[in-house]
Amino acid sequence: MSLLPAPDPTTLDPAHLVGAGGALGALARHEVARRIGSRPFPFSTLVVNVLGTFALGLATFVGLDGSALLFVGTGACGAFTTFSSFAFETVRLWETGERARAAANALGNLVGAGAALGAAWLLAAALG
Amino acid sequence: MTESHPLRRIETYALVAIGGFAGANLRYLAALLAPGLAGTLAANVLGSLALGFVLYEAIYAGVLAPETRSVVSTGFLSSFTTYSTFALQSAQSPPGLLVANVVGTYAFGFAGVLTGRALARRAVDRWGGPGDADADESGGEPAP
Repeated sequence: MSLLPAPDPTTLDPAHLVGAGGALGALARHEVARRIGSRPFPFSTLVVNVLGTFALGLATFVGLDGSALLFVGTGACGAFTTFSSFAFETVRLWETGERARAAANALGNLVGAGAALGAAWLLAAALG
Repeated sequence: MTESHPLRRIETYALVAIGGFAGANLRYLAALLAPGLAGTLAANVLGSLALGFVLYEAIYAGVLAPETRSVVSTGFLSSFTTYSTFALQSAQSPPGLLVANVVGTYAFGFAGVLTGRALARRAVDRWGGPGDADADESGGEPAP
């Protein structure tokens, strides 16, 4: 028995759901970056983008919506993955003469995210 | 290294979480104002421009404090921009729009970083690096 009423997720402020998910996503991305690092190739951004795209794809394909999608999709997956770091790292590789790595990074994130969506779709189909 | 001090680690986590809360919410606002591909594109391009400015400022001069960089770049801007939503929205678009969105987001995103770099270069050329501000106070041209 609880003295407080159980929170009803449907009455939570969307900004709180998105914000809380965003804070968790950013912390998780920070942890991945601390462990994997980004030299000589920005693997940590590639990893968060592929994993986060897989998670968002799975959440969407299994039919998550409303508050759950705001928290998991818009908040956590949206913040866990990043375009700005990817763009900066790609430009930085290119301008420091690492053009093959820059191209591999640009293409790798795209192909990785596409494959992640395909895998999420297959898993969602198998589950449901 | 001071970075390994437990309080510094906790400080960084707190700043990253606060930045993530705010960045995700601003992206959500962009999605409400411009649903679909447009809101995501706007967030990714603006975020890339701002991150380009912050990180090139660090390379050129480093006036901004490392704590500011943590909250602004790893926290706020990296959460404001997103790859997952960009990828999913592209995949859910008709083939022509898919290609246009991928090419457009990449092109404008890279252009955003380069614009941020140019702005950082101008800011550093105009106002100088760390230490130059002290020189200004002792009789140099006042900063505009």
